[in-house]
Amino acid sequence: MTIALKTTDLARTFDIGKRLIGPPRAQVHAVHPVSLEVRQGETLGIVGESGCGKSTLARMLVGLLPPTSGTIEIEGRALDRADPAAFGRLIQYVFQDPVSSLNPRKTIRQIMEVPLRLLHGMRGKALDDRIAELFDAVNLRPEFLSRYPHEFSGGQAQRIGIARALAASPRILILDEPVSALDVSVQAQVLNLLADLKAEFNLTYLFISHDLAVVEAVSDRIAVLYFGSVVETGPAEKVFAAPRHPYTKLLADSAPVVGRPLGGAQSGELPDPLNPPPGCAFAGRCPRASDRCRAEVPQLRAIEGDQFAACHHPRDD
Amino acid sequence: MSLFLRLLFRNKLAGFGAVVLGIIVVLALLTPILPLHPPNETNTANRFLRPLSEGHLLGTDHLGRDLLSRLMWGTRLSLAVGFAAALVAGLLGAAIGVMAGYFGGRTDNVTMRGIDMLMAFPYILLALAIVAVLGPGLLNALIAVAVVNIPFFARNIRGVTVGIAHREFIDAAKLAGMGHTRILLTEVVPNIVPVVVIAMSTTIGWMILETAGLSFLGLGSQPPQADLGSMLGEARSALITAPHTSIVPGVMILLIVMSVNLLGDGIRDALDPRLRSGALSRPMATTRVERTEATAPKGEGLLRIDDLETQFHVGPRIYKAVNKVSLDLKPGECLGLIGESGSGKSVTALSVMGLVASPPGVITGGAVRLEGQDLIGAPYELLRSLRGRKVAYIFQDPLSTLHPLYRIGDQLIEAIRVHEPVSHAEAHKRAVKLLEDVRIPNAQARARAYPHELSGGMRQRVGIAMAMANDPDIIIADEPTTALDVTVQAQILALLDDLRRSRGLAILFITHDFGVVGQLCDRVAVMYGGRIVETGPTPEVLAAPAHPYTKRLIACVPELGGGRRVLAAIPGLPPAVDKLPEGCAFAPRCDKAQAACRQGEIRLTGTAREVRCLYPERAT
Repeated sequence: MTIALKTTDLARTFDIGKRLIGPPRAQVHAVHPVSLEVRQGETLGIVGESGCGKSTLARMLVGLLPPTSGTIEIEGRALDRADPAAFGRLIQYVFQDPVSSLNPRKTIRQIMEVPLRLLHGMRGKALDDRIAELFDAVNLRPEFLSRYPHEFSGGQAQRIGIARALAASPRILILDEPVSALDVSVQAQVLNLLADLKAEFNLTYLFISHDLAVVEAVSDRIAVLYFGSVVETGPAEKVFAAPRHPYTKLLADSAPVVGRPLGGAQSGELPDPLNPPPGCAFAGRCPRASDRCRAEVPQLRAIEGDQFAACHHPRDD
Repeated sequence: MSLFLRLLFRNKLAGFGAVVLGIIVVLALLTPILPLHPPNETNTANRFLRPLSEGHLLGTDHLGRDLLSRLMWGTRLSLAVGFAAALVAGLLGAAIGVMAGYFGGRTDNVTMRGIDMLMAFPYILLALAIVAVLGPGLLNALIAVAVVNIPFFARNIRGVTVGIAHREFIDAAKLAGMGHTRILLTEVVPNIVPVVVIAMSTTIGWMILETAGLSFLGLGSQPPQADLGSMLGEARSALITAPHTSIVPGVMILLIVMSVNLLGDGIRDALDPRLRSGALSRPMATTRVERTEATAPKGEGLLRIDDLETQFHVGPRIYKAVNKVSLDLKPGECLGLIGESGSGKSVTALSVMGLVASPPGVITGGAVRLEGQDLIGAPYELLRSLRGRKVAYIFQDPLSTLHPLYRIGDQLIEAIRVHEPVSHAEAHKRAVKLLEDVRIPNAQARARAYPHELSGGMRQRVGIAMAMANDPDIIIADEPTTALDVTVQAQILALLDDLRRSRGLAILFITHDFGVVGQLCDRVAVMYGGRIVETGPTPEVLAAPAHPYTKRLIACVPELGGGRRVLAAIPGLPPAVDKLPEGCAFAPRCDKAQAACRQGEIRLTGTAREVRCLYPERAT
């Protein structure tokens, strides 16, 4: 298995309260050093709640945001500079809000032509043929090309967004909450389309979502993010069925499931990013927390087989 | 374009401005071919002729020059200079604003501080200084007026650009390989053009005035060339003896500036999407009711909705958002109302207390009875006394329902004192108690917090406390947990369930999530295309859905623990409620649809378990 995407200690810090001259007032570590490997043809699901750094991570991976430190390698090639055009041919991004990711003043054809012209230098008939081919792949009718974005429903707009990402002929797609703005009945259409396209174009996916059930249904492996760090990774069928990290357990128990009584409401919230706790970020909410957890940051380590957790006291049931 | 003109002329004053300005512009354009005296031909024998003199319709000035001719040539010049100054200021200001807004950071900081410095000078002083440096003359006056107005455009456009530069389609353009120049020109600029046009149309009159002012002071057009300002300036010495020489250019300036401003306001209203969508028309205090007669009650219940019809009338189109919906809620019961976006679930809930915005909302039929009393068409005072006291709402996004500038404690106190005449201290005590009831830690201190200082989960707790403030009988919760993370959602659902059991609250819970309904609700009603398609006790509906839509919608929802799999999908899209198909609204997407499904009215049948389908699913 070749490695499609590899990050080594990728981190990002934001300055808060910038001044014209001099250092900023404070810094927020949005993403702590993250090392991930995604194999060719695999879907890696990334779950986490708002504020866990999943969108920051995704924006670094496509070059929209320069990392503070660390490296990104795509199929063995290092991409350090934050240049979306250089990244564009290898890795593309599908946005959460399908309608706002399309310029309201351009026709769909104009939107579709841009990556083909600029990244692949296509012109004339080859361009038209390629657009027709892409539209066919995402099950959209060619007459949509002359319309404007506001004429489309969320599901259709998301297909256009996917077709635009595919136009760059990337090796990897970053899907940032691609279905969370869609209705349930349409959500499944888009997820199934993504599965078909992956097989057809031999793609590798990074699927980011807050919806555990959706991530589980589409992923081979899952990484759980909490407060900017990966707290657990493992095969999709194991991560939520037998969580090792107490936070993963909390997530799995919180998902509403028909027939399960409303769980005991665990209180607690994310720590203050401006004033992070010294040890494990989850210690304040964790039933298993010890003094060691409050002093020492746990490192990601293998617990069993290919299931990893960053926890001093992993669960073993 | 035709829509724009229609909107523009709907505003009578703007239409008037357009006509006046149009006539002035046409006359100014035609000036060279009109049979006028040469504007600079002096004839001192005929000084200060009064208007309506022979051969000089508007009289003559101190050198015996024909005023009509000078007025027309002067208007021509003033208009040209004013438009040119607006164009230059608009283009340069927009360019600066777009750069500053798009690149942000240091570029933004340095540029905008420069603009601030420009703004710190009184404008006339700045214009005088520029003319003093460049020397008097019309072109220099134009430059001065343009420079003075650049900050206005730059600041305006920068604000708009900052909003656009962070939109996702800009990121998408970067990923598609576009450079900064191309993004600015093809992605950003087309989106700010309307703003530039609006800003120009509202400032052009101002610029004509400023140019006239400089010419009046002798810094603009030089004699003998006529423009409106210099005409006024020359007439100043004869203000008492020959007032018409001042009045003629004065009236013209008045006409131009007034008509430009009226037209500019009209253009702004017609182009601004916020104003166009009807934000200018103030919504009514309760939803408009156009009902022939109230439907007879079909049964008992704390809250009964019978055959409710709520529509949106937008131009010629009628959106049947709620189409003969009947629901009932017993004391202490939790009823789930589930549906996809556009199914009419929220409009149903808002109709109960007449909270649907009118225009465009209209309640056209049915009845909503609270303890037997019909609320549709009830006087505003009655509805107002019931809102919050008997029926309270919890909305999806507490950040937008809480006032950002008041402390949450004060907002709770206000909610309590609206319905009960208690002292401030007493209300404060109760507000803190309410915050404790919704399990906000350290309630006493948190009461002094502003909404933005709280997390999403904490804000929604405040939203619930707000709803509980007057101990209502019914809470209508419209997707209260949709914007929250799953761990916080679980906390909020548990809290609502506790409150309901401890206080005997009835809850109408609106959601799109079957998992939430399954955990919280006693009964569930499924909506599709503005109608109820199925109701029944939650466990039964979820275990054995009778309507094909319910069955397939449940199949679409992935459940945790199912592993990697292909998900079921429903092909097609939900129907638009202004073009509902005849018969069953779901028929076009239903694999079991027969010819009979596509005609006539399909009724909701059954008693405890109702379904609107000719071929319901059999329990397996």
